[in-house]
Amino acid sequence: MEHILQYFFTYKEAIFIIALSIFLGIEVISNVPAVLHTPLMSGANAISGVIIIGGIILVGHADLSKVSVDLLLGILALIFGTLNVVGGFAVTDRMLEMFKKKKTQKAS
Amino acid sequence: MNQILGIFDGVSVTLGDSLLELSYLISALLFVYGLKRLSNPATARNGNIWAAAGMLLAMITTALLHKNDAGHNIPISNLIIIILAISVGSVAGWIIARKVKMTAMPQLVSLYNATGGLASALVGLLEFPKAMAGNFGSLLVTVLGLLIGAVAFSGSMIAYGKLDGKVGDIRAGYMKYVNMLLIVATLAFGAWVTFNGGQPSEQMWAIWLLFGLAILYGVLFVMPIGGADMPVVISLLNALTGIAAAMAGFIYHNQAMILGGILVGAAGMILTMLMCKAMNRSLINVIIGAFGGGGAAADRDMGIMKEITVSDAAVLLNYSQKIVIIPGYGLAVAQAQHIAHELDNLLESRGVDVRYAIHPVAGRMPGHMNVLLAEADVPYEKLVEMDHINPDMPNVDVAIVIGANDVVNPAAYDDPSSPIYGMPIIDAHLAKNIIVMKRGAGKGYAGIENFLFFNDKTRMFYGNAKDSLQKLAAEIKNM
Repeated sequence: MEHILQYFFTYKEAIFIIALSIFLGIEVISNVPAVLHTPLMSGANAISGVIIIGGIILVGHADLSKVSVDLLLGILALIFGTLNVVGGFAVTDRMLEMFKKKKTQKAS
Repeated sequence: MNQILGIFDGVSVTLGDSLLELSYLISALLFVYGLKRLSNPATARNGNIWAAAGMLLAMITTALLHKNDAGHNIPISNLIIIILAISVGSVAGWIIARKVKMTAMPQLVSLYNATGGLASALVGLLEFPKAMAGNFGSLLVTVLGLLIGAVAFSGSMIAYGKLDGKVGDIRAGYMKYVNMLLIVATLAFGAWVTFNGGQPSEQMWAIWLLFGLAILYGVLFVMPIGGADMPVVISLLNALTGIAAAMAGFIYHNQAMILGGILVGAAGMILTMLMCKAMNRSLINVIIGAFGGGGAAADRDMGIMKEITVSDAAVLLNYSQKIVIIPGYGLAVAQAQHIAHELDNLLESRGVDVRYAIHPVAGRMPGHMNVLLAEADVPYEKLVEMDHINPDMPNVDVAIVIGANDVVNPAAYDDPSSPIYGMPIIDAHLAKNIIVMKRGAGKGYAGIENFLFFNDKTRMFYGNAKDSLQKLAAEIKNM
């Protein structure tokens, strides 16, 4: 029990962020119309590519003096993370572009 | 300046550290703001760009300002490798995103989700030795990140394969016991790795084995789930990837990662729930119960399906007042959205009122149909949601069902034994006439008999949706 409380104390800021983010995520999404479900999923998916920061830190401080499995896996993580981020945002934009086109046509 | 910023006793804080944390705060706010704007049609595109800007900011500041425990910045040589890796990922991601067909969108989202999950799992794998040397908390989040990321990765790959038609279903009843056994074993082994302690170098086999188990679980978890439930699964896996990223945020004490990850996790869970609701199924049911088949329909006298010729269909449509098109995945597969729009333009020019009725889970993903029809330039106002079209259905002269099946199956109302009983449907059966465009007389994707096809008012129009629509449009043009 003491241990658990201690870990809670060590990570208190992070745990606060988690608790509040859960409600924030629910709140932000709850009123979304069905039309936007696919783009929203895709956009959220791109945000989950934030793991790329971890990849940058990993490769950034990796030992380059020898080629190791760790270094190669780190680079792989970075490449895959970037794929998720760039591809995710690009494809979301492409989907939403088509909705946008309708809007301007309607206005003209 | 460095001294001024050293406000806490015993902690040296440099300007760079503060700027980095400040940039993370801004990134986190941009994620929230972007996601908020993404959930409104008018601001969605702009929101996507804000979120992307937040990501770019976090990437740049991390590369330039991040320090390791020894206080060293990222060396130039490592920066070059980072830039190269990011360039490779960016170019590949960009090309795939631009080239892929709109019909393949669900697969693509699934594929990207797999890459994100794999990245999280790899980060967990690589951070494991360091985490073992650290405290229990850091080890726990590392193992969790690895597990969740690996499941999200392999699960998404299988989901991708299924949606792309490369992977079939395994619907054996014993699968659920195998899966339960496997998840218990995986979690137990994960707990053992977390609590066992020992030298990191001696535990590497364990973490690789855990990685393998999680991959295997992801595969077997998605294998038995039917194609009709795939959107729910993708959304769930998407939420998992977010949580895995948040776990990695714990490892690096990185608030932007934690917030971004949990935000996606929570949003993904809600989206999953919304989809389950639209299909009137519980999440547990989706995961454990294999969907499809069954229903009393098998032994019930269904009557016969009646075909319609092209010319009869053309006459019927041409002299109608009100037509509702109900598109399903069959329309998407046949790439028939453009020709459908051509047909509706033609009919509009003859004074017929044509609208599209969109079921919340039509296609392979919620909102997928809207994206496809928008691609074909169908005006936004013509797309009517299920709840708005249903009260007007009895006044509709012809309901044209194109490649849709379960979303118009009246068994949802009157057959308690049907797997889709209770699911909200578009009331095509209330229209005065119904034309069903279908490839053949067989059961649909979910394998459930559809009473609508045997209705006295229903006429079947067999063939590939695109060919059928083309023939129909040509026939009407000649009238």
